[in-house]
Amino acid sequence: MDTQSYLPVQPGVGMEENFLSLDDILLSHERLPARTECTFPRLGFLEKTTDSQDITEGTKMELPLWLSKGLYERKRRVLSVELPKVYREGWRTIFKADPNVVDLHKMGPYYYGLGSQMLHFDSPENPEIAQTLLQTFIGRFRRIMDSSQNAYNEDTSVLVEHLDCLEKTLFRSGQSGLNSFQSWEKGQASQLTASSLVLNYRKRKMTDIQP
Amino acid sequence: MFCEKSIELIRELHRMSDGQLPAFNEDGLRQVLQEMEALYEQNQTDVNAAKAEGRADLIPSIKLRHCCLLRNQRCITAYLYDRLLRIRALRWEYGSVLPPNVRFHMCAEEVQWFGNYKKSLASFMRSLGGGEGLDITQDMKPPKSLYIEVRCLKDHGEFEIDDGTVILLKKNSQHFLPRWKCEQLIRQGVLEHVMS
Repeated sequence: MDTQSYLPVQPGVGMEENFLSLDDILLSHERLPARTECTFPRLGFLEKTTDSQDITEGTKMELPLWLSKGLYERKRRVLSVELPKVYREGWRTIFKADPNVVDLHKMGPYYYGLGSQMLHFDSPENPEIAQTLLQTFIGRFRRIMDSSQNAYNEDTSVLVEHLDCLEKTLFRSGQSGLNSFQSWEKGQASQLTASSLVLNYRKRKMTDIQP
Repeated sequence: MFCEKSIELIRELHRMSDGQLPAFNEDGLRQVLQEMEALYEQNQTDVNAAKAEGRADLIPSIKLRHCCLLRNQRCITAYLYDRLLRIRALRWEYGSVLPPNVRFHMCAEEVQWFGNYKKSLASFMRSLGGGEGLDITQDMKPPKSLYIEVRCLKDHGEFEIDDGTVILLKKNSQHFLPRWKCEQLIRQGVLEHVMS
């Protein structure tokens, strides 16, 4: 197995975001349904549905997580953030029934990340959300670990397509462990190999030449 | 919505998650900076209005723009930082001389940074091993023997080994060479390690 010298900045754990992590930046771009609780003067152009100059109080908007997080205040009501569908009561029951049947890639793909971030907004349902996140993860983890440790030399796209981003990372590290172990067993671990980065560059060059 | 340009920069890097270095997106970066300038100016006028005329109702808008400024700042910092991580990895994968098609993707400051990184790595390696120096980019996998069998994957020209003999690395030729001499060429995909 190749050792990569490029290690991207890891996403933050739990409710913390890592400032420089690309994954966390993309996660915080996920949109949340929100309602304004005060007027935002001179910003009416952001809201396409009205022609007025201001964003008026009570407008329903889809705001990215980073903006909701920045504007949200506990004391002053500037913004009220609603829960996305997946974290509401109805979906929580489904997750409770069988977490394995849900396509988290379609629902998320940052199901766990966004769910943990939702805990920043004081909602009475927070304890239940946290509990559901944890139980869903526990319920799905066994299957992910099992498939990542045993699918060797196989097309894993079917196994991966229903997974959330966090689960995909887990799956990939399991696979890389499996591959390294197999190559050690075959006595190939000490073979020097070309860097995968170099090989990928060459691949791209080949496609550049073709019209 | 604000900050769409900066997320585009991040997506561009995220798409190439294997560590390849995409071309430096100078145009995108400039657009983000322009947006930030505009946001800053609007905020200045609003802050002045809020102060002079006591218009407290402007404060939410000021805050919103301020969030966007911070967000753009974060995206740009992360973009530049992640590129530096990739450039640093290139030193370990390619060695100290980069192929032109890779260097072409770096901006002037990044080329300069790469040069500085190269220099500090070299002076660190010189200081190791009791003043004799130690190449820490060698032997990434523990060596089993001093000499290894390699096969040439493409024409590379003449190559001099320790004892002064010059060998010709021709496509498909096989050689028995000192391991430390060919490790880098293997990494670059010129040679292939043949295991019996």
